[in-house]
Amino acid sequence: MAVNNAVLMRRDLLTRLSTLFYSGELELKVDRIPLDLRPKGVETSRCCVYKDRAMLRYKVMALLGFNIRDEIDELTPLSDYVKIAKERTELSKEPLTVVDDVCSACVKVNYVVTNMCKGCMARPCMSSCNKNAIYFEKGQAHIDSDKCVNCGLCQKNCPYHAIIYIPVPCEEACPVSAISKREDGTEVIDYDKCIYCGRCIVSCPFGAVMEKSHIMDVFNAFGSDKKVIAMVAPAIGGQFKAPLGHILGAIKSLGFDDVIEVAKGADLTTENEAKEFIHKMEEGQQFMTTSCCPSYTAAVGKHLPNLVPFVSDTLTPMQYTAQIAREQYPNDILVFVGPCLAKRHETFCDENADLMLSFEEIGSMFVAKGINVGTSEAMELDTAIDSTSRGYPVSSGVMAAVNAKIAGRVEVNPLVINGLDKAKLKELKSFPKGCSANMVEVMACEGGCVNGCNVIANPRVASRQVGEIVKNG
Amino acid sequence: MSKKLSVTICTGTLCYVMGGAELQVLEEYLSPEIVDQIEISGSPCLDCCNQDGAGKAPFVKIGDKIISEASISKVVDAIKEELNVE
Ligand code: FES
Repeated sequence: MAVNNAVLMRRDLLTRLSTLFYSGELELKVDRIPLDLRPKGVETSRCCVYKDRAMLRYKVMALLGFNIRDEIDELTPLSDYVKIAKERTELSKEPLTVVDDVCSACVKVNYVVTNMCKGCMARPCMSSCNKNAIYFEKGQAHIDSDKCVNCGLCQKNCPYHAIIYIPVPCEEACPVSAISKREDGTEVIDYDKCIYCGRCIVSCPFGAVMEKSHIMDVFNAFGSDKKVIAMVAPAIGGQFKAPLGHILGAIKSLGFDDVIEVAKGADLTTENEAKEFIHKMEEGQQFMTTSCCPSYTAAVGKHLPNLVPFVSDTLTPMQYTAQIAREQYPNDILVFVGPCLAKRHETFCDENADLMLSFEEIGSMFVAKGINVGTSEAMELDTAIDSTSRGYPVSSGVMAAVNAKIAGRVEVNPLVINGLDKAKLKELKSFPKGCSANMVEVMACEGGCVNGCNVIANPRVASRQVGEIVKNG
Repeated sequence: MSKKLSVTICTGTLCYVMGGAELQVLEEYLSPEIVDQIEISGSPCLDCCNQDGAGKAPFVKIGDKIISEASISKVVDAIKEELNVE
């Protein structure tokens, strides 16, 4: 994910929240955050300092785990939300919230006539429009937004290229058309379609689509008398400039009682998926796809029903790890640490895992606690873990692990789908009618989990680092 | 040839989280001639993050100059200025 000011602002907010938590002043000072960030006289990003502060207040609300549209009274201070969050025991089912005051900045009609319009005699924009949406005023064309259906014919037909296309970034980024405008112009997410890929979060230039963070719930867990266990996704290996052992040690020092690598669960995924593959090929099944990317499996469930029989039944590394951890800690709190929204949703659905922290949230907690990962005390790595399991988060890593396990017992014709978009979804849909491969790895994010929607490191740098870990493991 | 210009990128956690991670690909944005004249290294903490008035993270040190809120383009410009090249 490319770093931009919207991303950095979110990290700044997370850091401030965590700092206040660790100093015990969260309730007391949380309402100061928007003011501290936008004091009088500073440059603002929107119309005025008050609008900026209101936006920041809503962003904090999302980070405290609330749905912005549930707000009843605009005067409710953030400290009240902190109080509510401290008492809550349930997470909200829908992982995203749209910050309305930040959104609605985008156009309803994607086409705009610029003043390059010459008001020509031919007026092909007008004659090509089937909806009668073009009218002329003062010698220039205009688009009637009530009539326009965004077909784009006027743009195609203008000989002067005077009509431009203005995208709505989140809608354009969504591969399954799950986000769209309401009457008032703000965006709404349709969870019957959403596959939790996180593209809307990443693509919104205002940072208006936000995950409801579990950070408050993790703080609550730290304050409880239960143990708190971190289960850390293998993509973490590429997130900081430090060896894996140091990263895990640093996570432990945030207040966790134990840290378990999710690569441990990946060992089981590899083993069972290899077995399942051999079995299915012997039964004569055409092909099998991996199942460890929850965004892909959501896409199958909601959009590619004909693919259901071909998806592996094997559990994901996170699910296996949560089973192992639950056995060891039957009554304690299990927190998954991962790279993306899809994994947040998977955590929510899992019967063993309780909470989720993203890499970005973990990073912000490090900053708040003054932890420098490189100089943290290292944790001993679990030597029983197969090195290929630590390679899962990079595209074709799962394939490599499973293929090595199959070890030639049946023939493998691999195909790697590296990133899901509209075209790839279409391609997948056609597989039951004929697929050149018999084993298909699918990752929703290009490059793999190292390019999840809330990672810290540049995905290429992270892949390299993960590759080193696998090689040296 | 004269001594190479040192470019030290902070890889401390604070800088890394606040956008410094992206600076790991700095070299891809520099011409081979410039890469030849500089020495890129990492530092576990440039000790700027805990000083008032040092500006905001991420930090990069070019020669003896500290760049705050460092981005790829800011660092590229600063290197060119130090080296006196276009
Ligand atoms: S972490 Fe970069 S200066 Fe300290």
